[in-house]
Amino acid sequence: MATRTVTIASSVGLHARPAALFVEAASSSGLDVEIAKPGEDPVDATSILGVMALGAKYGEEVVLTADGDGADETLDELVALLSRDLDAE
Amino acid sequence: MAESEPTSETRQGIGVSPGTAYGPVVQVAPPVRPPAGEPSVDDQEAALADVRAAFESVAVSLEERATRVEDTAQQILKATALIARDKGLVKAAAKELAAGHGRANSIANAIETYAVQFEKLGGYFAERVADLRDVGSRAVAAVLGVPAPGVPAFSEPSVIVAEDLAPAETATLDRSLVVGIITEAGGRTSHTAILAAQMGIPAVVQLSHATEIPPGTPVALDGDSGEVTIAPDMALVTAQRERAARRAEALAALSGPGLTADGQPVALLANIGGVDDAVAAGALDLEGVGLFRTEFVYLSATKAPTVEEQTEIYRGVFAPFEGRRVVVRTLDAGADKPLKFADLGPEENPALGRRGLRLSAERPDLLDAQLEALATAARETGADVRVMAPMVATAEEAAWFARRVRENGLPKAGVMIEVPGAALRARHVLDEVDFGSLGTNDLAQYTMAADRMQGALSDLLDPWQPAVLDVVGAACEGAASVDRPIGVCGESAGDPLLALVLVGLGVTSLSMAPSKVPVVRLALSLHSVAECRALAEAARAARTAADALHAVRESARAELIELL
Repeated sequence: MATRTVTIASSVGLHARPAALFVEAASSSGLDVEIAKPGEDPVDATSILGVMALGAKYGEEVVLTADGDGADETLDELVALLSRDLDAE
Repeated sequence: MAESEPTSETRQGIGVSPGTAYGPVVQVAPPVRPPAGEPSVDDQEAALADVRAAFESVAVSLEERATRVEDTAQQILKATALIARDKGLVKAAAKELAAGHGRANSIANAIETYAVQFEKLGGYFAERVADLRDVGSRAVAAVLGVPAPGVPAFSEPSVIVAEDLAPAETATLDRSLVVGIITEAGGRTSHTAILAAQMGIPAVVQLSHATEIPPGTPVALDGDSGEVTIAPDMALVTAQRERAARRAEALAALSGPGLTADGQPVALLANIGGVDDAVAAGALDLEGVGLFRTEFVYLSATKAPTVEEQTEIYRGVFAPFEGRRVVVRTLDAGADKPLKFADLGPEENPALGRRGLRLSAERPDLLDAQLEALATAARETGADVRVMAPMVATAEEAAWFARRVRENGLPKAGVMIEVPGAALRARHVLDEVDFGSLGTNDLAQYTMAADRMQGALSDLLDPWQPAVLDVVGAACEGAASVDRPIGVCGESAGDPLLALVLVGLGVTSLSMAPSKVPVVRLALSLHSVAECRALAEAARAARTAADALHAVRESARAELIELL
């Protein structure tokens, strides 16, 4: 089980466009990826509603976990994605 | 009385996308609701397969439409399709089916479980609720086998009328057939407004009883003035079209900072009430924000928002205005806008009670938290942030507020001038601070002793009341004597004729609904300061509000009057 902690860099938080890009990337990995706020129950990272309902705001940390072949590479990509201001791009 | 003769009727909405349109009405089908008393299902698996197929068909049709549009519209449709394909929705619907609900109700309930969560999150998240419910309504229609909600098929150039348009609907309208859009709900920053403006389709929102206009009725709309005429005669349609074309040409010829004909700057600013407004206004040709109402940060909260929570919101508001001014009005609450966490109890006369700065004086902790958050967000975004207090009556109050603002590291403090006492003593009140801003709506209410909430008293609240103009004039004289700038941030700043009078009285900036900025810029460009002073004198010499307006219409430049 691979784990990463990353701070949300999108100035508007993980909603709408940033959430859609994240969910698309997580889905295309084909792995079981989960996302959680530290200490809270994780949600399926391929569910846009689950991800948006986390309510992760700018500057907040989230924890990503994944299982299976290529889990580390997948999480590194997702961390890189969340570290950019997706809404400004 | 002949009943077949349609009578022409003009109604006022809010123009959000410029241009004029004329055509028959096409009414958009309202959302499909799940039937009451829908029987529960016997075969859970078959029912779940139906639900899944319904969501999938919605996703496919959204994706198909996404391929036919560009940019913003495409992104909205793709994101909405992603929602329709969400595994969480199917899981939630399965639970509802197991609990004994029918197919359509299970879909609607599943949607609502997420809608409620999003509404609770507020802000950006709450705005996605419309998309979510649109997906729900389409899936319910699919599972019931009824036509999808939305725009029916039509072949003649028409004006689309709806309660409100879902983003998916607005984004996929056929530009060659849709000549105009009218909605009963919506606002200046709704999806309808943004997309219609982007697609260049004239649009009016907030038109009362719009959905009751019978399909096929010809209507004329003006997306600048917000005027809609039902069953107009052709002479009016032609006149409206020509006037709108001349106005559009005149407005498009001007840009940049507000200037009188003889070159005196008058800053043109926006009134905003949230992050959406800020993003929309930030993209426009205006000099900044003259009134940022911060109430929304507090009103829905059950406990005082933290400094961090506030900082995040203010950052979002300031970011679009890097290098431009943003005038922030600190918390303006009281008995008529009660806060769950700072309720001072009911009052007999809320408008005259412990509101505005008076509430801050009893709860300075709330003010300090707000000022700290504003200071942090200002530093991080590079916006020229200035802070002002509402409901200031005396020089002592102004001094108390200015000290607190400076202690929190904000460079510029000001006060709202909305109490006649403060207007009459502006020399001393403004001497304590860096600027003043006239809130003409409240100033009229207090000057004329007429409750703003009493529709029957609206004549007394007419901003053209000579007494109100006298009080504004007194405040401007006081400001000038201590060399302080004084702006106006009430509705009167967005009225081009009244704006000229205000400048003539000595006002140095005008803050208004962003859509009003171009016409006020035009009015200023056609009049010198001396002419504005003459207009102000004519208005103050009048005996009644109607006479004041009449006098100014008679004396203002004909080039302006014929475009209004």
